[in-house]
Amino acid sequence: MTSLVVVSAGLSNPSSTRLLADGLTSDTVEALGAGVEVTTIELRDLAHQITDHLLTGFPGVKLGEAIEVVRRADGIIAVTPVFSASYSGLFKNFFDVLEEGVLDGKPVLVAATAGTARHSLVIEHALRPLFSYLHAVVVPTGVFAATDDFGDDGLDRRSARAAGELAALMGKASAPAGSLGNRRTVEDEFAEPTPFDKLLRQASGR
Amino acid sequence: MQIGIFSVGDVTTDPTTGRTPTEFERIQAQVEIAKKADDIGLDVFATGEHHNPPFISSAPTTTLAWIAAQTKNLIMSTATTLITTNDPVLLAEDYAKLQHLSGGRVDLMMGRGNTGPVYPWFGKDIRQGINLAIENYALLHQLWREDVVTWKGRFRTPLQGYTSTPRPLDGVPPFVWHGSIRSPEIAEQAAFYGDGYFHNHIFWPSTHAEQMIRLYRQQWEKHGHGPSDTAIVGLGGQFFMRKNSQDAWKDFRPYFDNAPVYGHGPSLEQFVDGTPLSVGSPQQILEKTLSFRDYAGDYQRQLFLIDHAGLPLKTVLEQLDLLGDILPEMRKGFAEGRPAHIPEAPTHASMVAKAGGGKDSTVYAEADAATGHRAEDLMEVSA
Repeated sequence: MTSLVVVSAGLSNPSSTRLLADGLTSDTVEALGAGVEVTTIELRDLAHQITDHLLTGFPGVKLGEAIEVVRRADGIIAVTPVFSASYSGLFKNFFDVLEEGVLDGKPVLVAATAGTARHSLVIEHALRPLFSYLHAVVVPTGVFAATDDFGDDGLDRRSARAAGELAALMGKASAPAGSLGNRRTVEDEFAEPTPFDKLLRQASGR
Repeated sequence: MQIGIFSVGDVTTDPTTGRTPTEFERIQAQVEIAKKADDIGLDVFATGEHHNPPFISSAPTTTLAWIAAQTKNLIMSTATTLITTNDPVLLAEDYAKLQHLSGGRVDLMMGRGNTGPVYPWFGKDIRQGINLAIENYALLHQLWREDVVTWKGRFRTPLQGYTSTPRPLDGVPPFVWHGSIRSPEIAEQAAFYGDGYFHNHIFWPSTHAEQMIRLYRQQWEKHGHGPSDTAIVGLGGQFFMRKNSQDAWKDFRPYFDNAPVYGHGPSLEQFVDGTPLSVGSPQQILEKTLSFRDYAGDYQRQLFLIDHAGLPLKTVLEQLDLLGDILPEMRKGFAEGRPAHIPEAPTHASMVAKAGGGKDSTVYAEADAATGHRAEDLMEVSA
């Protein structure tokens, strides 16, 4: 079973951010074919727990589950409204509380919504660098939707193209854990601790 | 089972009165709290180590020596000693001296510290945190076990034929615990040496403690120290109690809501539910404490944090009185169903017995190899 996780940072209900996320999801599911499990994470529902995590350093139960789902995802669709020339604070905070390495090598489709097309480069100037920094594989086509894009053929075409790229990456590039570089995550250490003599050698730089 | 308290040594405004103690008041309060702990029959007092405001816990061996001089049975310990930024050569001296002064009532817990800036204050690099903890402890371990050490490493100047003084009391180094919340390398380190492992077990969900303890116990067995259930485990904990549960919640809430670490975050209810913090009647504190064994197994040391977040001395001493009242029941509870082969935490006496009796390990110096002088000669010269 392939796991597709959708992270939506829309605040209202219904929200155009969620609408865009749903469209991208159905296109991706279609492109992937059978055997896809979709989990949608609405960050609004986790807003308090995300703030608590920033303050206390550990996730509440629901947030912990959401992080676990993202850790195990084969591919991610991340959608945010544009706030003040960038992704929303809530959207950023969610990715801030992920442990190092959670997104390593994961295919991510980035998308954003805003009132007008003037914000469209937020995809390239804010979202893409964020996920590149987190060592995700960002699909070449990002999808931006201004209010008047909904119902427009152009959005459908971009959505289908981005979804196709994500599906292709999920098929071909879903790297097994640990195959990217030599990063060992905390989870790796618990599963298979580095032998002490090796820790001692590393400590002394030998 | 050892039961005791550990103190961070924070100077925090009492949110109910707006009053902030002076350093003098807080330092003296810590001493009063430790003396009270001895009075009610607790086993351990451990001080933190911080080198910046709002803490009063720098110079930990000075504090511990002063407390040791005024207590009878209490074991002096730390929570934690910064093995990253302290020179292991100095640590070896300080804690061996404390052993001699306190008659062996000392052990210590290694940690990496909780603030980044402390590293440069002592000329160290925070990116090397784990590596410093590993190399420095390896040297400290050697200094306490070999009279003459020749050593070369990465983080300090080499040692040539160096003898750390005083030698450990009775030839037995202090027992060492390693504290870490989420670094598996430290659980591995503790297991490798056959040392104790302590999880601070406050502020975070118990799943963190459970995961670390499981790894430590597994590696303890793997490194040949015995079955996993004989590993030496310590846990922290945090409580606030009143005779009536409602009073405990009412009285603790303002301190919780404004506490430096978790204040202005989750509610007290969420925190009690999701972390080892217990608030309520003595009976409720007793029950939650005894439930720690469900995921930690039978363990050796339980320390409580009771003097933080601006709680005034009077309240802290009341907390200790209440703890004293339930202490016999707590000990009884911990003993219930505990298999006979589970060891107690090592003490100076038990380690001396295990070594086949104490031996004086004083190293009497020959003439100084460089100058040919002996101490007596130099005294004659200065006279």
